[in-house]
Amino acid sequence: MCLAIPGRVIEFVDESLRLACVDVAGVQRTINVSLVDTDERPAQIGDWVLIHVGFALSLVDEQEANETLTRLQAMGADYETELNELRESAIR
Amino acid sequence: MKFVDEFRDPELGRTLAGEILATVQTGRHYKIMEVCGGHTHSIYKYGVDDLLPENVELVHGPGCPVCVIPMGRVDDAIAVAHEPGVIFTCFGDMMRVPGSDGTLLDAKADGADIRMVYSPLDALRIARSTPERQVVFFAIGFETTAPSTALTLKRAKTEGIENFSVFCNHVTIVPPLRALLESPDLRLDGFIGPGHVSTVVGARPLEFIPADYNLPVVVSGFEPVDILESVLMILRQLNVGDSKVENQYARVVPYEGNIRALEILAEVFELRPHFEWRGLGFISQSGLKLAEAYADFDAELRYAVPGVRVADPKACQCGEVLKGVIKPFECKVFGTACTPERPIGTCMVSSEGACAAYYNYGRFARDRELV
Ligand code: SF4
Repeated sequence: MCLAIPGRVIEFVDESLRLACVDVAGVQRTINVSLVDTDERPAQIGDWVLIHVGFALSLVDEQEANETLTRLQAMGADYETELNELRESAIR
Repeated sequence: MKFVDEFRDPELGRTLAGEILATVQTGRHYKIMEVCGGHTHSIYKYGVDDLLPENVELVHGPGCPVCVIPMGRVDDAIAVAHEPGVIFTCFGDMMRVPGSDGTLLDAKADGADIRMVYSPLDALRIARSTPERQVVFFAIGFETTAPSTALTLKRAKTEGIENFSVFCNHVTIVPPLRALLESPDLRLDGFIGPGHVSTVVGARPLEFIPADYNLPVVVSGFEPVDILESVLMILRQLNVGDSKVENQYARVVPYEGNIRALEILAEVFELRPHFEWRGLGFISQSGLKLAEAYADFDAELRYAVPGVRVADPKACQCGEVLKGVIKPFECKVFGTACTPERPIGTCMVSSEGACAAYYNYGRFARDRELV
């Protein structure tokens, strides 16, 4: 649970609750993006975010997201466990 | 340098290793603590410490949230899970943490309804869809994870979900660092500051380390080259007698942290007078509980939680590992009685735990040879 995995916001599921569908290496799940909203710039479709326990924790650029993903994938089993836990998630 | 080829940028890795070698002063020993379990993991996985000169030592700190949960709290969790009608939810790693009489996994085998969830929002979803049952979420983690619990509680309150509560074990990062710095067992020369926690709290709360203890802190990313660069930045500060907070991970960590997350934490939680840490004992103002406005959701008020303090098993040296006083392989049960499959101590449970990271990357055999 300690990992922060990168994903891309692909659509909003509920704008007012700040629930968005993200794509994490092909796995698509709903997360809450309110922690990366700022007054100047709310989270948007296309944003890359680091995701921790169902919440976007920080906004990153695409290069950082890809490098993080590569590093996590190299972790093997621990990353697989995290992805499987994400697959089980059904946040509404 | 057998692992460098696996780096994102092997060339940069070699250059940094060379610069570190050129920067260390002979006759001086540098002891640098990486606070965060994620760094520990990267260091072992990529053999970052193999690239460092002999007189630069990395020691592992208390930043693995699973590792610091004391036995008594696991016992409390199991007691709540056995309450009639309760669905007890927790992160996967917590299932395998030993209490004084088994783990949550054992309690599940005994018939308790314990379910692994990815997110506190999944626990809330279960509560929403099973209104006839009570759903309790076992909340653990530093400021990285606490905002998620806080936002989930806010939503539960807004929706008026009455069958949801939280067994709160959130902790804060600064008090254990201060406790370590006050401890006579350990003389440190600097800190590799935590990555993800700092995205929430920012780098500013670490300023007490240079201010009060005159030591450098560099907040670091998780790539092996990030860690090497952070070590280099620390060494450079030490060489010129400087001490300040630097941010190597500025591409992700804002110096001021995440203001929104900090506001939510302040709204939903308050500091406990003290909280027990595995192996570190009671540390004042280091744990969070639900604020008055959220007391209805506090599992510790809803259920009779035993709250008995349990001493760690005699063989377990997690406390020393968490304080960086010993290396994992120096624990007598490491790799024998204590393995990731059958952990005795918490540091062997989560992949971020120093013992598990050591064990998983086969560092065990080689380090034994060195001893
Ligand atoms: S080997 Fe096991 S008991 Fe020893 S310090 Fe590590 S986790 Fe704790």
